Amino acid sequence: MNRKGIDKEERSKLLSRRNVLKGTAFGLASLAIPFGTADASVWEAFFQKHFQEMNEDEKKRVVQRLEDEYAKKFGAKFNIKTTKAEPGVLFGYGLDLSRCIGCRRCVYACVRENNQSRDPQIHWITVLRFKKGEKWVNDLEEAEKYYNPDKVPEEGYFYMPVQCQQCGSPPCVKVCPTQATWKEPDGIVVVDYNWCIGCRYCMAACPYGARRFNWGRPNIQKKEINQETHYLGNRPRYTGVVEKCTFCIQRVRENPGKYPACVEICPVGARKFGNLLDPNSEIRYIIKHKRVFRLKEDLNTKPQFYYFFGS
Amino acid sequence: MKNNTILCIAAFLIALSGLLISADVNATDMEKAIEQEKALREGKVKESYGIPKFFVSPPVFSEGMFPCSQCHAGMEPNPERRELMFHTEIAEGFDHAEEQRWCLDCHNPDNRDKLRLVSGKLISFEESYDLCGQCHGTIFRDWKAGIHGKRDGMWNGKKKYRLCVHCHYPHWPKFQGFKPLPPPENPRDIRYRKLSQDETPLNPLGDNQDYEIPLSKEKK
Repeated sequence: MNRKGIDKEERSKLLSRRNVLKGTAFGLASLAIPFGTADASVWEAFFQKHFQEMNEDEKKRVVQRLEDEYAKKFGAKFNIKTTKAEPGVLFGYGLDLSRCIGCRRCVYACVRENNQSRDPQIHWITVLRFKKGEKWVNDLEEAEKYYNPDKVPEEGYFYMPVQCQQCGSPPCVKVCPTQATWKEPDGIVVVDYNWCIGCRYCMAACPYGARRFNWGRPNIQKKEINQETHYLGNRPRYTGVVEKCTFCIQRVRENPGKYPACVEICPVGARKFGNLLDPNSEIRYIIKHKRVFRLKEDLNTKPQFYYFFGS
Repeated sequence: MKNNTILCIAAFLIALSGLLISADVNATDMEKAIEQEKALREGKVKESYGIPKFFVSPPVFSEGMFPCSQCHAGMEPNPERRELMFHTEIAEGFDHAEEQRWCLDCHNPDNRDKLRLVSGKLISFEESYDLCGQCHGTIFRDWKAGIHGKRDGMWNGKKKYRLCVHCHYPHWPKFQGFKPLPPPENPRDIRYRKLSQDETPLNPLGDNQDYEIPLSKEKK
């Protein structure tokens, strides 16, 4: 039958509302698949389950896919762990404000350990400088963070490093529309970079300014990449995702586990770390014997990060 | 009939409580922690922070200084406060309760390879924390608990401690200060440079693994 032969009724059936919509939808969907790279891994990444809903097998497959992807991208063999939280562990952090000298060793040890982009620059820790005796704790935005004298500590100033406080009731988790960020049983607030859509609601919700956004393609020289990673921690990030401090999840979720990189580097020993549920831990000693405060306690975020005065 | 309803309600409640318990795994840990805390407060259990056993390295000496007896063995000990002929930089820079003390208040007069506590007990340089702890009791207590001073290793395993003298030069223990690492980029200076991977700036910390405080032993 030639085209002219289709009668009116049949033609209207062919171009029915339903068919037009179907066609458009398929057409647009096919545009979304990147040309040339539309292999199975793209589909797998697109349909990846939520991390907390994956079983061990699915996790293994995702890790394998990511390791391949990173090997192609960076020319390096990555090890991505998915170690679970240990029962009976709730991480707590102590920072001694009477010791910190503002030397920023922690900032760069963190960058090194956690593969933060060097350009555009991303730091998970910000060291703030305050004049002694001035109103300070409510005005974090107005604090000086670009100080660069010949010698620290400077007379008449004190320093306060700020990073993710791993809140007990984290406002950033509450606002995430895709549940790409959540609180683990051991108290670490983590981000799944494959589920993050980059809306930055969490950054707006965080009262500590602890989250960072990858505005550009994260860049690190190959020789400086740390290949020992955790899925929820320091594995390489993408453009347009949010990242943050994870208490070095790839180091602390081991038995025995190393201290976070910032604790290990701190030349004055101002940084302390331990298990809040273990009465003999350092952090419990601090809470019991020292003057302790939590930043912006009035917001009821219940941080697991305790600032204290050692003397 | 009545019995049946009561049974139903009881079964429902039991199931509900089971659900609640399984929902919060951490609750039992928390309870355990609270119990331990109670026992501590009531004095049933004693807090114990022993002398740590893991040191990162032996005490720091200037080259050729130790053992002290290589020079001091044949010398007559002289407790007098005086102009020293040797160790002049220590005498000049001496800034550690210098009014109250002189060499032999800490160094043992008869065997210079040892330190001496006020009690007369001799200790080696590896145990110098006992000497410091004589005056700095509260700091000593914190140090034993791992609060004062740098300590690394494993948070749930073996820890590495440092001696007091690894960070505080004993003759002028005040911290000397050093250059901070560069500040973060100010947002107003940020340009999207689109650098290639090889042009990316390096981490200013380098691969410095164990950052020690520079003990400036030179004259202040």
